[in-house]
Amino acid sequence: MKTKEFKSKISNHQPKTIKAESDKWILRLYVAGQTPKSLTAFRNLKSICEEQLKGNYQIEVIDLVKNPHLSHDDQILAVPTIVRKLPKPERKIIGDLSDTERVLAGLNLVPES
Amino acid sequence: MKKNKIQPQHKVLPKTPTGIQGLDEVTEGGLPKGRPTLVCGNAGSGKTLFAMEFLVRGATQYNEPGVFMAFEETEKELITNIASLGFDLKKLVAQKKIILDHVHIERSEIEETGEYDLEGLFIRLNHSIESIGAKRVVLDTIESLFSGLPNPLILRAELRRLFRWLKEKGVTAIITGERGDGTLTRQGMEEYVSDCIIVLDHRVTEQASTRRLRVVKYRGSTHGTNEYPFLIDENGFSILPITSIGLAHTVSSERISSGILRLDTMLSGKGYFRGSSVLVSGTAGTGKTSIAAHLAVSACQRGEHVLYFALEESPDQIMRNMRSIGIEMESWVKKGLLKFYSKRATFFGLESYLTTMLKEINNFKPLVVILDPISSFIIGTNEFETKSMIMRLIDFLKFKHITLFMTSLTTGGTDLEHTEINMSSMVDSWLLLRDLEFGSERNRGIYILKSRGMAHSNQIREFILTDHGVELVDVYVGPESVLAGSARIAQEAKEKSEQLLHQQEIERKRLELDRKHKALESQIALLQVEFEAEKAEALKVIGLDEERNKRSAQDKREMAKSRKADINVKPTIIKKAK
Repeated sequence: MKTKEFKSKISNHQPKTIKAESDKWILRLYVAGQTPKSLTAFRNLKSICEEQLKGNYQIEVIDLVKNPHLSHDDQILAVPTIVRKLPKPERKIIGDLSDTERVLAGLNLVPES
Repeated sequence: MKKNKIQPQHKVLPKTPTGIQGLDEVTEGGLPKGRPTLVCGNAGSGKTLFAMEFLVRGATQYNEPGVFMAFEETEKELITNIASLGFDLKKLVAQKKIILDHVHIERSEIEETGEYDLEGLFIRLNHSIESIGAKRVVLDTIESLFSGLPNPLILRAELRRLFRWLKEKGVTAIITGERGDGTLTRQGMEEYVSDCIIVLDHRVTEQASTRRLRVVKYRGSTHGTNEYPFLIDENGFSILPITSIGLAHTVSSERISSGILRLDTMLSGKGYFRGSSVLVSGTAGTGKTSIAAHLAVSACQRGEHVLYFALEESPDQIMRNMRSIGIEMESWVKKGLLKFYSKRATFFGLESYLTTMLKEINNFKPLVVILDPISSFIIGTNEFETKSMIMRLIDFLKFKHITLFMTSLTTGGTDLEHTEINMSSMVDSWLLLRDLEFGSERNRGIYILKSRGMAHSNQIREFILTDHGVELVDVYVGPESVLAGSARIAQEAKEKSEQLLHQQEIERKRLELDRKHKALESQIALLQVEFEAEKAEALKVIGLDEERNKRSAQDKREMAKSRKADINVKPTIIKKAK
């Protein structure tokens, strides 16, 4: 039931040098409607991923307004929330991702210590 | 401070009945309908159970489905925990009457990267509410968001929005909060939820705990402001707002027998008033329990329910002891008319004990309640609390026209007419049992110190425990003192022999008199006989004399005749005689 409207724009990037150990990253972005905050979050997420993962990632955007029942599975309270489904373990970051350093730390994508 | 806009005043604030026993009385109808209520208290004060019962009662009794959003316990834990109150949550969940939603937040898993809001929570809650048409919502304990999510500023703003949103949705909500230092809740939730605030408390005094509930605030409604003790047991919450009972109860002039004939006689012939409170006080072993047992059995014989609170002895022990004086209680227990409730006073706090007693009374519906003994409620220095508790019990029972019989142990050395908790003014009838000591022997005496509304006896009676129950006998009231026991028996025997002696004396005197009388009579008879004899003799002498005189006269005449004297002889004779 994941909504795909954002997804189509970002998939099929070529994998490049990846710092993270797993093959493919699956990130799930929970938003509540297309609010400025969620658009900002999406924009920020995309740019960070482009920079760090170079195509080896997949972003699923879930709009809770359309699919409210999905909030339960990932225990979503705050929006926007990003859940790193893969690689394990799962991690969560909340907010509009404007603090890049924190996003990198939160996703365990430490750019370079 | 208060951000909630004051709503246009309704004539009557609509309320949602909680279904929790007693709470609807305290709040005069329930919680404010369509508004959030804050329930706060320390850990273990029963907030979650309170909130859960609100939902369950709503779902089962008022057909109002509910959503329980748990921030601390999982669904499974909730179902297990609530099962102890006798609620089958699983079934209610399956019937879509209740939704349990566990919100899990793990601070360590969450990184804050910028601005966020709680729209996810709103959506989630909204989804649950819509899916079953919920009218009731519980957020337990939403404050844990503060430890789970960063940036309290955002959280505060969001919570404020949440409560406003709940109001707009028109659901009656309970928000629980942990008690903070000096504030009602740790995060100052009372600033946001200000329509109704209920504080639950769990205090321990003298090693005994008491749960209490207080309605701190109820905007737009009157409510009871006291602290009400409450219980949590297998039937859920029960709050008994007994402090609100006034003195306006009606009284009965019906009389009930004490079970002891002569005691009834002392109580102006008819026994106690129904619905009155009777106190019997006395030192150890004076027979207080026996009097209580008599009352119990006599009430059972009339087919009345009797609830016997035994605070110091087990039911078996009481029944055995009473059997030894010929009072048979067991069969009444079997028939279900007599019920023992046997728990030490220290088993829980005073208030809890009272609440438990009231609950038992409400369930069993007795006409006679026995409390044996009240003095064991006093532990340490809680005299005042005990007094207030007994007072409320008395008020409650009077209100229900239940006769209360209390025993009170007077410890040695203290003034007999002083009960341990100075409650003489609270009771209607006060029987005093006391030891009467003479001649190296202890006996029991009973008298009625007071009995409101009847002309009771002012006499002391000796109180004897026989193998067929209690008997009252007159004591010996002599010139020197009151005697009882063998001294009385000895005195009575002495009196009896004295009386016998006295009687014999009288008899003897009477006999003597009789004898004297008879002697006198015989003497009289003798004298009479003598007299008769003398009289006869005298008469004979007189007769002879006359005869002689006559004869001599005749002789003279004849002599004269023979001498041929003339007729005028006679005057010559007379002259001669002169």
